[in-house]
Amino acid sequence: MNAARKGWLSSVALELWLPVLLVVIWWVASSQSTSVYFPPLSSILASFAQDWLEPAALVKNLFPSIQILSIGYSLALVSGIVVGTVLGLVAPLERATRPLLETLRAIPGVALLPIFIVLFGIDVEMKVLLIAFGSFWPVLLNTIDGVRGIEPLLLDGARVFRYGRIRRLTAIVLPGASPQIFAGARTALAISLIIMVVAETVGGSGGIGYFLLAAQRNFAINAMWGAILALGIFGYLLNIIFRIVERRVLRWHRLQQARLESHS
Amino acid sequence: MTIATDDITLAARGLGHAYNGREVLSDIDFEVGRGEFVCIVGPSGVGKTTLLRCLAGLQRSTAGSVSLRGQEMTEPLPGVALVFQDYSRSLMPWASVARNVELPLRANGARRGEARAAALRALTLVGLDEIAAQMYPWQLSGGMQQRVAIARALAYQPTLLLMDEPFASVDAYTRADLEDLMLRLQRDLHLTVILVTHDIDEAVYLSDRVIALNGRPARVAEIVDVPLGADRDQVATKSTAEFAELRARVHGLIRGSREATS
Repeated sequence: MNAARKGWLSSVALELWLPVLLVVIWWVASSQSTSVYFPPLSSILASFAQDWLEPAALVKNLFPSIQILSIGYSLALVSGIVVGTVLGLVAPLERATRPLLETLRAIPGVALLPIFIVLFGIDVEMKVLLIAFGSFWPVLLNTIDGVRGIEPLLLDGARVFRYGRIRRLTAIVLPGASPQIFAGARTALAISLIIMVVAETVGGSGGIGYFLLAAQRNFAINAMWGAILALGIFGYLLNIIFRIVERRVLRWHRLQQARLESHS
Repeated sequence: MTIATDDITLAARGLGHAYNGREVLSDIDFEVGRGEFVCIVGPSGVGKTTLLRCLAGLQRSTAGSVSLRGQEMTEPLPGVALVFQDYSRSLMPWASVARNVELPLRANGARRGEARAAALRALTLVGLDEIAAQMYPWQLSGGMQQRVAIARALAYQPTLLLMDEPFASVDAYTRADLEDLMLRLQRDLHLTVILVTHDIDEAVYLSDRVIALNGRPARVAEIVDVPLGADRDQVATKSTAEFAELRARVHGLIRGSREATS
């Protein structure tokens, strides 16, 4: 076994020991439970397997969630990066809109659910827009900071060497702001997951949130716990995908930071 | 010394600059001919960087004008390359060395393949190989990084190469190496170079002419011809009587001004 593989295994072990331990404790502690609200883990897992591991059930329960999350989150990313880049480059515009942006950002996305229902109904469009709106802010504000923080010498160089507008944007501004854009995108992902669940409790478009609320209303307590488990695993997998993309795109940044730390 | 009109690469005429009404440069007048190596020398804080930014077209002077081959420089014109003092900030940390060097070419319409080939040739000229070309700039030593910045300027095939204190952030040995590299490149490629420095030895060692700045606001104290020939050596040249005399003269020009103003 080579060193890299060994390192990977030990990092997986480091990540998994606590969840595994907690599941074991849960399993043992709940095995004799007769409480309606805290059923034995074994029966929760049986219900989980039925609702979330069967391909047909998985598609039915999870696909609507993935759909609204991916569209809403993508909208937030694209609009946040575009608007953030413009505001980051045009300082007077940024100063003029900052107070408004800070106010809007402070409103939790889920608090706007009633307004969004009035404006956009209770279907997929409303849910997508609510996710997009709520997770737009961290992307926007981090992009602004990232763009404003670009090394001025790089911009001077771009002027002397006569880069066109597009080249300056793609070769200097966006890569330079990318570490902060990713920080914003990470926060936005967590927010969009929360809004997704809340938005799905409205209307009948399905998804994890809908399933969760329906299970609770029908006193299907095992199914309810199973849905919570599924939600946790879903969020965790999203985070892993995010980390893989970030590691690839920000490889230079990670290596450079590691080098700076080892030298100081 | 007069330069034939056709050979004038850069001319500063009555150049002056003020920040919020406070004048830092005043009535700067000089010409740089094609193929010349000219150093602008002056004490720290005299406004050398402001002057260089005006020469590069990065900043508009508040008085007078700068022209490149007869064309007034109100914005960066084609054919001007710039090497900054701080290599750790002027190179893109997210791009490989090769990409850093080829980007100005790509931005000016070169195809991917030819830009890469030109970048590798320029890197070879400054003594960097293909392994270094694949690395990130910050994985190299300071001197190597400044070589990358020089290669980026060379690949651009500049009409005028401007250098702002390019060797001020490296150690003394690296500095001597880079000075000799610049002398060799300037001679072999017939470059026209304007280098700004606060180091009198460096200015005299590298230049065909030294433009000495002094005073507040800074003016041209004198333009000193440096007839030391094309073949220069860190030890031999610097130990000649001629070098010592030139050095003393430039020193006097800069120091004399301080006594006059304080």
